[in-house]
Amino acid sequence: MKAVVVENVIKTYKTKKDVVEALKGVSFSVDKGEIFGIIGPDGAGKTSLFRILTTVLLADSGSASVDGFDVVKDYKQIRHRIGYMPGKFSLYQDLSVQENLEFFATIFDTTIAENYDLVKEIYQQIEPFKDRKAGQLSGGMKQKLALCCALIHKPSVLFLDEPTTGVDAVSRKEFWEMLHKLKLQGITILVSTAYMDEAGLCDRVALIQKGQLLSVDTTKGVISQFKKPLWAVKASEMFRLMNAIKDDPLVESCYPFGQYHHVVFKTGSDNKTHLEQLAKQGNFKDFEVQAIEPDIEDCFMALMKE
Amino acid sequence: MEKEKVITAHQLTKKFGAFTAVDNITFDVEKGEIFGFLGANGAGKTTAMRMLCGLLLPTSGQATVAGFDVYKQNEQIKQNIGYMSQKFSLYEDLTVSENIRFYGGIYGLRDEQIKIKTAQLLKQLHLEDQEKTLVRDLPLGWKQKLAFSIAIVHDPAIVFLDEPTGGVDPITRREFWSLIYEASARGITIFVTTHYMDEAEYCNRVSIMVDGRIDALDAPANLMKTYSATSMDEVFLQLARKAVRTGD
Repeated sequence: MKAVVVENVIKTYKTKKDVVEALKGVSFSVDKGEIFGIIGPDGAGKTSLFRILTTVLLADSGSASVDGFDVVKDYKQIRHRIGYMPGKFSLYQDLSVQENLEFFATIFDTTIAENYDLVKEIYQQIEPFKDRKAGQLSGGMKQKLALCCALIHKPSVLFLDEPTTGVDAVSRKEFWEMLHKLKLQGITILVSTAYMDEAGLCDRVALIQKGQLLSVDTTKGVISQFKKPLWAVKASEMFRLMNAIKDDPLVESCYPFGQYHHVVFKTGSDNKTHLEQLAKQGNFKDFEVQAIEPDIEDCFMALMKE
Repeated sequence: MEKEKVITAHQLTKKFGAFTAVDNITFDVEKGEIFGFLGANGAGKTTAMRMLCGLLLPTSGQATVAGFDVYKQNEQIKQNIGYMSQKFSLYEDLTVSENIRFYGGIYGLRDEQIKIKTAQLLKQLHLEDQEKTLVRDLPLGWKQKLAFSIAIVHDPAIVFLDEPTGGVDPITRREFWSLIYEASARGITIFVTTHYMDEAEYCNRVSIMVDGRIDALDAPANLMKTYSATSMDEVFLQLARKAVRTGD
């Protein structure tokens, strides 16, 4: 049995002025014990999808199930079995760290002691502050407490909506290490993010843009769909180089990527020689060009343009 | 010839009681440079930035921004810089052109200058049809581009960008960086904080703050060499993991 099944889910929001199509017929499924990433920018529909799966929002049409239970008919069973960490910090700010955890344990008819093993490693990091009010914690500590509260009833599926937004690179890395340890406990994890580089940390990903899935696959699988050769170039004047390449009629796209620009041509032959000539004509100093493998961001941008 | 310095900081320090938020930092930023100001949450970036923007008095040390002293000339500093952050930048319940007019006025532009700037800016951003749209109805990517353009509407010597690009798609994020490159090519100095390490690689130089100190400062390529790393992400992790302090 799949942990999550989503079939042709549509969700629209009506405002005074117009109709916003948040999800335009989304279908995918998640295997038990998988870390499944929903990857896309703000406004892509990630939160709507999570709210539908956690039974706090109704879809217009389509169906979805979590652990075999229907999100509409069986919402009560689902609520017992899942953990949900919304994007916005949603614990009680005026309860202490320990009080929040006790509160969530009690609601789910359990105790901290019963499932302490599951949260122990994370909770120990915030335990020195257990009497501090949640509202007075730093961002990183709030995030750890929220994760503990979402785990304290030993959920079978964990929903994490943008847990690493606005979090620095070190804390992001630590958070992902925690998720991989939870996976070992057999928990299925659905996690959304706008950081493309986190795709590689998931077993499979769904790339989402404007309410539509662009691709559902392993990171490797997504990357293997990128068919054209990709070139990384650099020179001393990067901005001028980018404009020169973009102006070339044979070039499909040229985007900055860290120290390099990534270039894709419309057609396949002799791209390298062409770029070298372009650099020579434009008098670019310290020009370098090499063929490279695309990463998930290259793929996302290519899929966005299709 | 030595290049013009737009920011100079010498042993700049800020203490809050017994807590040293910014600990003796020394660095310069040159005119037109794109300077990345990195650090983990809680490393002291925001405090340092607030001192440089003339919003917070240092405890000790010296600093000048656009040639003005941070102790005595903070009003002049405010007039000669731009500032944008993702948390706050534009008024959501004003239209696109009202926001331009409002900030133009705040930055002391005359009415006719505002008119010219508004037309230029709308054209550059392809927002001609959206002039009367409320900012709240713009997609996030357009908001960010508009906010940046407005932050430099008065052609400041320097613009401070505090995590300007979170949450947008990769193409939009790159369009935003094109605007940054253009501004830099026009001689506007860019001082930017970001959590995206690939963006750190777009900077001419970056500094990395750890526990209130600047522990590294160089061009990204040199930093990668020094720390035997293949990306800025690795450099950042090596340095930031040494931090004793935690939190925001």
